[in-house]
Amino acid sequence: MTESTLESTVDTTAVREVLAQHGRLTVDISTLDVDFDLYGAGLTSLATVGIMLALEDRFEVEFPESMLSRSTFRSVASIAEAVAKLAG
Amino acid sequence: MTTAVTELPDTEITAAAPVALNFDELLKRVHAIGREVLAVHANDVDRLARFPAESIEAMKEAQLLSAYVPIEYGGMGLNIVETSRICEAFGNYCGSSAMIYAMHCIQVACVVHHAQHSSYFRRYLKQLVEEQRLMASATTEIGTGGDLRSSICAIEVNGDCFTVTKKAPVISYGEYSDDLLLTCRSGPNSPASEQVHVMVRRGEYIAEPLSTWDTMGFRGTCSSGFTVSAHGSTDQILPTPFNDILSLTMHPYSHIVWGALWTGIAADAVNQARAFVRAEARKTPGETPISAIRLAEVDLVLQEMRHNVYGLAREYNELLKGGCPGQIHGFGFSIRTNNLKLSCSQRIVEIVGQALLICGISGYRNDSKFSLSRHLRDAYGAALMVNNDRITKLNATMLLAHREGN
Repeated sequence: MTESTLESTVDTTAVREVLAQHGRLTVDISTLDVDFDLYGAGLTSLATVGIMLALEDRFEVEFPESMLSRSTFRSVASIAEAVAKLAG
Repeated sequence: MTTAVTELPDTEITAAAPVALNFDELLKRVHAIGREVLAVHANDVDRLARFPAESIEAMKEAQLLSAYVPIEYGGMGLNIVETSRICEAFGNYCGSSAMIYAMHCIQVACVVHHAQHSSYFRRYLKQLVEEQRLMASATTEIGTGGDLRSSICAIEVNGDCFTVTKKAPVISYGEYSDDLLLTCRSGPNSPASEQVHVMVRRGEYIAEPLSTWDTMGFRGTCSSGFTVSAHGSTDQILPTPFNDILSLTMHPYSHIVWGALWTGIAADAVNQARAFVRAEARKTPGETPISAIRLAEVDLVLQEMRHNVYGLAREYNELLKGGCPGQIHGFGFSIRTNNLKLSCSQRIVEIVGQALLICGISGYRNDSKFSLSRHLRDAYGAALMVNNDRITKLNATMLLAHREGN
């Protein structure tokens, strides 16, 4: 999926907003690009639960446990891709 | 019997012909050490809140400090189930000695599971076996409120060397250990949750006392607080991020061995109760005294507690052998591990309390052979070593994302 296709399916701005509110990152998310490794910005696996809930609420999707892996939440891009897949 | 590690060494280690270890014989020896050494000094250790030097010396003589070290380094190569049974056995005789032994085994496991591909740590494991080195842990830190996954202090690396200073509110038997595994941030600019696990060696750190250890129970663990200022070679930094060491090893291993030693304390309380009931029953043979019914009730709870411990120990052992780190890291296993700790820490108090009811005034006295004072006071520590409320909250959060049976 090219980045432009990605952006047209799921608004990465919305994902960034969720991360800003619930990610508990040590860095301002607006300064990070879509592929930046969020675990290097202070993301922890417990914080991903809050992010997941906020995403579910915002996009009206439900994450199955199989998608609650470290790699899903690795970057803005990977989160947007996961949500896009679920919103299908 | 050897546990398959999930990270293999990058050089072949030629396994020495394994010396056949009869675990049943070893366990008998453990019980002998318990009766002849741990039990003899347990009340004194408790009363004076002193380090159980005799117990640890006896453990060293029996090479028990290298029980979890693989055979190829000269260790016994025991697995988590067997280590737990030793912790349980020691728990029968002296809670503090058992706790020190268990805490040491946890640190050994961190090195065995995660550092064998470092030549430095391969040499260390051999040295641990030869010298029976005692390892301690400094994971908590002043200012982080008991959250293990977060550090304030950080290592500073200069070429091949590092320095670190940590204010640790609690370092069990810190003054008596040879080596210390401590957690800290990977660097001065790292986020709080990006942690490394570093081994600091006796002689390479200064520990300034911060707080004393005069507590209700586990008094012999000497868990005083210290400001540790250490230096060492960067080789001493374990090659795996602490985050992974915690979820694959430290978290499950510690909750299992603690559950086992608490079971040992509880079992000894039940044994005291049984002896008491038997003495009563001799006075009226043919008539079961009421206290025997209480004994039956408490025996049921002890069985649940023990099965819970070994159920998870076996599951963890199978996952380690099967090379399934993903499952160990997942929320499901983490929740079950927490549940084990929550459950055991509650059961031990119930069981010892019930045993006290059975033994009555004899159990209540400090100077009687049925005294349960130390058992009860040790028992109350279980819910507090990592506070149960913190753990329950973690489970509650994880359960939002985890569905049993997936």
